[in-house]
This record gives sequence, structure tokens and C-alpha cells, in this order.
Amino acid sequence: MFAYIVRRVLYAVPILIGVNFITFALFFMVNTPDDMARAQLGAKQTTPEMIAAWKQERGYDKPLFINLEAEGIAQITDTLFTQESIKLFKFDFGQSDAGRQISADIYERMWPSLAIALPTFILGLFTAISVALLVVLFRGTVLDTATMMLAVTIMSISGLFYIIAGQVLFSKLWHWVPISGYQPGVEGIKFLILPILIGVFAGLGTGIRWYRSIFLEEMNKDYIRTARAKGLDEIKVLFRHVLRNGMLPILTGVVVVIPTLFMGSLIMESFFGIPGLGSYTIDAINAQDFGIVKAMVFIGSVLYILGLVLTDISYTIFDPRVKLS
Amino acid sequence: MTMVWLWTDFLLWLLLMVFIFGWRSIRRSPQSQKQWRKIFQSKIAMAAVVVLSTYFSLALLDSVHFKINPQQTLQQGPVASYINPYLQDWVDPQLHGKTLSLLDLFSQHLILSTERTYSAPFALQEYSSSIVYTENGVEQQFKPLQYAGQHLDNPDEIFKDVIIKSIYALVLSFFITLAIWVVHGYFRIKAYIFRDITVKIEPLPWNSFYLALLTVIFVLTWLFYLSHYYHVLGTDKVGQDVLYQSIKAIRTGVMIGLLTTLVMLPLALILGISAGYFKGWIDDIIQYLYTTLNSIPGVLLIAAAVLVMQSILNTHSDWFGSTEERADMRLLFLILILGITSWTGLCRLLRAETLKISQVEYVAAAKAFGLGGFSIIRRHIMPNLMHLVLIALVLDFSGLVLAEAVLSYVGVGVDPTTPSWGNMINQARLEMAREPMVWWSLASAFGFMFILVLAANLFSDRVQWVLDPRAH
Repeated sequence: MFAYIVRRVLYAVPILIGVNFITFALFFMVNTPDDMARAQLGAKQTTPEMIAAWKQERGYDKPLFINLEAEGIAQITDTLFTQESIKLFKFDFGQSDAGRQISADIYERMWPSLAIALPTFILGLFTAISVALLVVLFRGTVLDTATMMLAVTIMSISGLFYIIAGQVLFSKLWHWVPISGYQPGVEGIKFLILPILIGVFAGLGTGIRWYRSIFLEEMNKDYIRTARAKGLDEIKVLFRHVLRNGMLPILTGVVVVIPTLFMGSLIMESFFGIPGLGSYTIDAINAQDFGIVKAMVFIGSVLYILGLVLTDISYTIFDPRVKLS
Repeated sequence: MTMVWLWTDFLLWLLLMVFIFGWRSIRRSPQSQKQWRKIFQSKIAMAAVVVLSTYFSLALLDSVHFKINPQQTLQQGPVASYINPYLQDWVDPQLHGKTLSLLDLFSQHLILSTERTYSAPFALQEYSSSIVYTENGVEQQFKPLQYAGQHLDNPDEIFKDVIIKSIYALVLSFFITLAIWVVHGYFRIKAYIFRDITVKIEPLPWNSFYLALLTVIFVLTWLFYLSHYYHVLGTDKVGQDVLYQSIKAIRTGVMIGLLTTLVMLPLALILGISAGYFKGWIDDIIQYLYTTLNSIPGVLLIAAAVLVMQSILNTHSDWFGSTEERADMRLLFLILILGITSWTGLCRLLRAETLKISQVEYVAAAKAFGLGGFSIIRRHIMPNLMHLVLIALVLDFSGLVLAEAVLSYVGVGVDPTTPSWGNMINQARLEMAREPMVWWSLASAFGFMFILVLAANLFSDRVQWVLDPRAH
């Protein structure tokens, strides 16, 4: 098991290098340091000297991939690509354009993101699975058809609509909760309720359909027929067999998502004024702050790969048939 | 008249050609013809197709761009110089020299009837009062609109007027549908007489088709007819008609939904099949490629790419002749980026399926006969993957349309000058804080988007049900 995890983590290294190369290509090759300097210093009165000074200050004055002036191994290490990559892998993201330490910002802002994302995720999962089980129990009836119609409708409405409609109804007209804002601790719950409920509802359509199809597929298997033939009633079949065996495909979808939860939701956080990582990213995008976007891309991919490794590990725990080798 | 070809126009028409070609090849193969008939045997699918083709036709109409020259010039070809005088008479002089689309020809009155500021749907006066100097001193007044309801003698008649005009529109659309029914009926009877009587064919639900068609035609005629007299969906902050904006946004939505698949399809097909068929180091490289791309969060990759592109466009503003070309380039670039980030899922699916198919006996037999790799792929593997491709395409469409709105809201979507539902929502968001609220811009953007996405979802459900053997 331990050897397997080590191998999986090592396998992630080339992928991270690849991710790093893509971001590097985007931020330094397509949009060269000269362009960045010009954009930062303002277009009109930039002299080559000013650009050179700006680049030196940032450490952007090195060659991209191969430094011909250096000796030996430094030909590769003393380049922009290597320097930037080493910094990223040390989780040293440097400073944002506003002059703050990006790593510190990220640490501070991950908690509000988690406060929204975690309850949304757990509640959403629970609701969708319960409804899906109910629908499977009453499959082929009017309830089934009506729920599926509703699910398609929920899916077809833009997520932006739920947020706007929710804010208008619950905050503006009925004054149940504040429109936006955030406060740490128990006091802050009133700010979180609405975004969490909207998040759960918006994901319900896709969730119900997905879990229903998983359960229905399980329903058609031989062992279920045997269980029914033995005289097991439908509810026992559903909870003892279908739910337990359906957990495996559900797990695959779920575990990958868990690590990325702390990235937050771009839209939700910016609409509700929650100072999490989602609104951090969206602000960076609007301010064209490349440093922050680069850091978030890297962290996002690290978390995704972490999710994949976790999925594999959780398989072995839940399904004894799967052996890691 | 000068034709103006935007890149996205060209690609959309190319896609239409591909559709027509694909449809012809379906007609030749009895197997796929049977499958398609099965798809259309669902009433819901029939209605969804009517809605989808309406959106698609509007997008096509909006993808023929031209300029009307105020004066005849000698460089024009014979056809253009023949058409130009007619168009000059038909198009309002204020629009001469501007880039117009065929759709704009029919909605000139909407472009030109720009009010001063907000007005509600069917309103006859402005939404907010303004200060007017009269002989009694300073007064708060709701100013009347310049273009809406000018034909009414008395503002109270508006309800009666709208009802009467709606009845006209209903009668007219009924006759249009009837005409289509008669023409179609003639061909159906002809086909029925000359059909192969040994083959039993399940009838298609034409009743639902005509019901949907009647509804769509009625809505279109109603909107078109009433838009000459009122701002049916109100006006926005600068007084532009909201109906016009919503309809213009169709092109952007359809472009992003359809053209993205056009970009990703070749990538996914070529890489997926090569990985599954050739295996070995090719497989390793392709797997590495898509795992890497997949592990970058989609929205962030798109945001990063669009940011970089924006700063390039800003530093090279001399590349484009007009703002339209620039906005179009940005739309095309967004489509490319979306395509590059979304091919990985389909590629993985195709790789797995190709791996499975290449183990099957008939492929082994073909290999034993000495058939080359490419012929095997073309004759045996590709046809067996087509259903997966089709399912992936119809499933992706609605997600892409919805994604456009979110991306435009984030600020990394289409150009702010391009009409799109995302831009409409983004602009209308601030109006929520107004008291009383301006809701119609948001409502119509969401409404138009909802109908398109719902139809696409319903249709894709049916396609999946028929083509995916596991869906039952």
C-alpha cells in the first residue's frame, strides 16, 4: 500500500511539470516579459531601459529555457523556466501586483471557501442520493417521470439565475438573510445559508439524474434478482444491496472533487462577497494579476492529482476486489 | 453592397455543409436511418428539434454580414451592384455604411428605435421620472417614449390593441403553418405511394412537430409584428431594445455551442483512436497529454488563456481593421480555448472504446487479410465510435451555452461589444440594486437561454437513449 502511494505520487511529478510548462508557455512565451513590462509600466513612455529594469527587478531578465552564457548545469537551471518552476514546487508564489504575499493570502482565504464549499457539497450529495433512491423505489410511476422532468428543468437553468433570483427573493424582498458579506465564526452562519442552499439546489438536477442511473444499473444485475427471488422486500434490496454497491461509482466521482473544494466557487463567492479563493481568483482575473492566476492554476492541478490518488486509495478500502499492484 | 466575411461566419456555414453531408450519408445507410427515425419517434425530441432548428436558423441569418455602400463604386461585382440599389432603398439611410447581417435587415426598426433610457415591456413612458421645467415650475414627470405606442390615440387602448394584434399574429401563423403542412403533405403522400411496401415503417409523431412549429411561428410572428409598435421586452439603460439584444445573442450562444465541438472533435478523434489502436509509446504520450490538460481546472485555464490573449490584442491593436473583426477574433479565440480544454473527456472515451474494438474478431480477421492500419480504422473502428461521438456532441452543447454566460460574467468571455446573454446578464446585474427593480433584461436573457438549453437537453436525452446501449 505504502509503496503504491509513493509510486502514484511520483507518477504525478511529470504531470505537474507538464502543467507548469503549460502555464509557463501561456504566461511567458505567448505573453513575453517585455509585453508584461509594457503593460505594467503603461504603454506610452516606456524606454528599453525601463523595461530592462522592470524585468531585472522581477527576475524576468533570464533566458526562457537555455542560458548559453552560463556554465555546465547552470545552462538549464539559471533560466526563467527552471527558476519559476522551482519556486512553484516550493509553493512560493511570490508577490501579487498589490504587493502582498500570495501564499499568505491563499492560506487566509481558504477558510471562507471551505465554509461554503464543504456544507454545499455534503448537503448536495445527501439530498441528491436520497431523492435518487426515492425515485428508483418508485420507478416507472408518475413520481419518477415528474422528478426527472424537474431535474432536466433545473439543469437547463443557468446557475447565475439561481443566485440572482435567490438574492432578490430571500434578501431583497423578504429580508430573511443579508444580501452579501462574510463574518467568521457562528455569527457568520446567516451569511452562509443562502449561498449554500443555492449551491445545493443548482446541482440537484445533474446529481439526481447521475445517481438514479447508477442505482438503476445496479438494479438490473443478477444478484438483485436473486435477492428479490429470496423474498427480500424492495426497501431492503435498495438499502442493503443497491446503495452499498452503488457507492463505488459514486465514490469515484466524489473523491476527486473533495480536494478541489477549497478552491471555492468563482461565481458564488463573488456574488455573495465572500472573501474566499474563488473571489480572490475572479478579482485577480479582473485586475489582470498574472501571479495570482498562475498560483491558482498550479494549486488547482495539484489538488486534482491528489484527488485521483485518493480515489484509488479509497477503492481499496471500499471494494475488496480491487487490489493495488 | 460589400460582403463582410467574419471568421466565425465562415466556420458556421462550413459546419452547416458538414451537417448536410452527414445527413446525406445517413440517408444512404439503412442502419443509421433506422436509428434516426427512432430518435424522432419521440414527441419531445420532435418538438425540441423544431426549437433547436429555429435558433440555428436565426444564428445562420445573423451570420451573413454585408455593408451597404452609400454610393455606387466601380470595384463592385455585377451582382453586388445590382442588389445595392434595392438594398439602399430598403435599408434605412442611417444604417448605410454599417456592418449589417441578414437578421438586421428584418429588425432595422429595433436598431433605430432607441429610447433615452429604461422602459418596461409594453410601457408607453420611461421607467424613471425626470425633472421637467414647465410653466408651473420644476416638476417630476414620466416622459413618454419616442417610439412605443405612437399609433395609439389614447394610452388606455393598449390592452385592446395588443389583443387584436395578437389575434392577427395567431391567424397569420396558422396560415403559414398550414402552407408548410400542405407542401410537406404532398411529399409525404408521394413518398407513401412509392414506398417499399415490404418494409414496415413506424410513423413519426408529425402532430407534435406541427404543434411545436405552430407555437414557434406564432411566437416569432407575434414578436416581430408587435415589435413595430412597442418595446415588447422593454429597453435597457441606454434605451436599446432588449428583444433585439436577446435575438442577436442567439448567434453567440449557438456559435460557442456548435463551433467548439467542431474544434475539439478532430483532436479527440485522432488522438483517441491513435492511442487506442497503436498503443505503446503513442498511447503513453497521448495519455500524458490529456491527463495533464485535464488536471488544470477548466475555468482557470480558460481565464488564463483569455487574459493572455487580451493583453496580446491590446498590444497589437493594429491587427484588426474594425471593432467587429476584433470582437469576432476574440469569439473565435474563446471557441478555440474552449475546444482545447474540452476534448480530453471524449478522447479518453474513444481510446477505451478503440482498445475494446481492436480486440474483436472481425478486426483480427481484417488484420489477417493484410488490411492496413488506416483502412481498419476507417472501415471498422470509426463507424463503431460514431454513436459515442454523437452522444458527446449533443451532451456538450448545452453545457457550453451555459458556460458562455458564466465566462462573460467573470470577464473572460466574449468581447463586451458582442451581443451575448452573458454580457446582458452582466450588465443587468447592477440594475438589481435599483428601486424598483429593472428585471426585464435579466429575465429575457435567462428566458432565451433556458429555452435553447432545455431543448438541447431534451434532445440529447433522446439521442443518448437511442444510441447508447447502456442507457436502457
